[in-house]
Amino acid sequence: MSELTQTVDVCITLNGHSIKATIPARENLADFIRHRIGLMGTNVGCEQGICGACTIRLNGDSVRSCLTLAAQANGHTVETIEGLTDSGEISQLQEAFHRNNAAQCGYCTPAMLITATELLNSKTEISRDKIREYLSGNLCRCTGYHAIIDAVEEVAEAQNNGR
Amino acid sequence: MKPRSFSFTTAHSVEHVIGLLQEHGDEAKIIAGGQSLVPTLNMRLSAPQLLIDISALDELRGISLDGDRLRIGALTRHVELQSNKLIAQHLPLIASAINHVAHVAIRNRGTIGGNLSLADPASELPACSLALGAELSIVGNKGKRIVKAGDYFKDLYETDLQANEILVAISFPLATTNTVHGFREFVRRRGDFASCGLVMNGERQDGKLTSLAPVFFAISNTPVLASKCAAKLLNKTLNDDLIEEALLELDRELPVIGDIHTSTEMKLHLAKHYLREILGEINV
Repeated sequence: MSELTQTVDVCITLNGHSIKATIPARENLADFIRHRIGLMGTNVGCEQGICGACTIRLNGDSVRSCLTLAAQANGHTVETIEGLTDSGEISQLQEAFHRNNAAQCGYCTPAMLITATELLNSKTEISRDKIREYLSGNLCRCTGYHAIIDAVEEVAEAQNNGR
Repeated sequence: MKPRSFSFTTAHSVEHVIGLLQEHGDEAKIIAGGQSLVPTLNMRLSAPQLLIDISALDELRGISLDGDRLRIGALTRHVELQSNKLIAQHLPLIASAINHVAHVAIRNRGTIGGNLSLADPASELPACSLALGAELSIVGNKGKRIVKAGDYFKDLYETDLQANEILVAISFPLATTNTVHGFREFVRRRGDFASCGLVMNGERQDGKLTSLAPVFFAISNTPVLASKCAAKLLNKTLNDDLIEEALLELDRELPVIGDIHTSTEMKLHLAKHYLREILGEINV
C-alpha cells in the first residue's frame, strides 16, 4: 500500500498572499476561504454548484469554490471579492451596482460581481442577452435580476464609449 | 452537506493512475474538474476512500487532428471546446451544444473526460458522442482499448469504463460538406440540466438524407439513438407526411421516463416537436 493520508499540505496564493496550511483532503475551497482564512465575502448557498453564490477566481477563471477541493488549488492563485475590491479592479462595477440598487440582501452580490467582471474583461461584444446568459448560473432570490443586468450593461456601455 | 473523509493524491502519470486503481479498486475515484463528482460526494451518493487528482497530467490535454478524426484529450475543459477553432470548423454539433453545457463557472473547470465518465443522462456531451459516432480511448492495466460510443453508455451513470480504467481521450469523425446537424433542449433555466433534448447529426446528398443519428437525452437512463425513426427518413425526399410517419416511431422506440418536473407525455411531446423542427430546418 502506498502512503495515504486524509490531510494535504497546500500552498495557495490567496489575494496575493501565499498561504501554507495542512488541511483535510475533503475541505472545499469555499470552507478554506471562509473558515480557515476568515474571508466571509465568499458565500455558500447550495454546495452543489447550482446557486453560484460561492463563485471565486482560480487562476483568473471564475469557478465554483464549493465544487473545488482546496487540495486542488494547491500551487494555484485564488482571488476573492475582498482581493478584487482592495485592488480596485471592480470598483466601476461596484459603483454601478450601488447606483442601480442592484444589491438587495447582498448574498449573491460578490459572485455576481466576479462573474460579470469576467464578461466585461472578455473583450467580446456585450449585449443585454449576453449578460443574462453569462449570469444565468448565479441565482438571486431577491429577484433583483433587472437591476443587476442594468448595472452590468451600464459598465459595458461605458467601456464601449471609452474605446 | 460535506463529503465523507477521503485521502487525496496527485497523479504524475497515467501509469501511476492505473497502479493506484489496481491497488485500491472500487474504493478509489479519479477527480479532474470535479464538477460532476464533487456534488455526488457532497450529497454522499458516492463515498470513495481515495481521490486521485489527474489535473496535472498534461498528456491528457489538447485538441488535435488525427487523420480523418479530431482527438480531444480527456482533461480538455468545456471552455476550451467553446473557443477552439478546430471544434468550430470540424465539429459544428459540439460547437453549438457546448454553449448549453452548464454555466460559465462550471465550464471553466469541467472536463469532457469527466463528463463522459460520469455520463449524466441529462448531459449534452454523451448525446453528442453517440450522434457523432465518437470513439473513447480507455487505458487500464491490460493496455489501451477503444470503445465506440454506441457500446459505451450502459445505464444510469453506468458506462463501459471499469473501476481500474481511465478515459484518456475521445475522437470524433470530422464533419463534411454534406453534414447536417441540429441541437434543441428544454431547460427551466439556461445552463441547467435539460428536461428533454435532441442532438442530431447526419449526411445529406442530392436533397436526401443518406445517414441520420437523432439522439435524445434527458428522457431516459442513457442517451437514446432513435434508429427506427431515422431509418424511415433515409434516402427519401422529406415532406410533412413522411416526417409525421417517422415521428410515430418515437412512440414505440423511446424508453421515456418522466420525472418530477416533466411527465413522460411532455418529454415525448418535446422529443417529437424538436425533431420536427430540426428536420424542417435542414430541409429548407
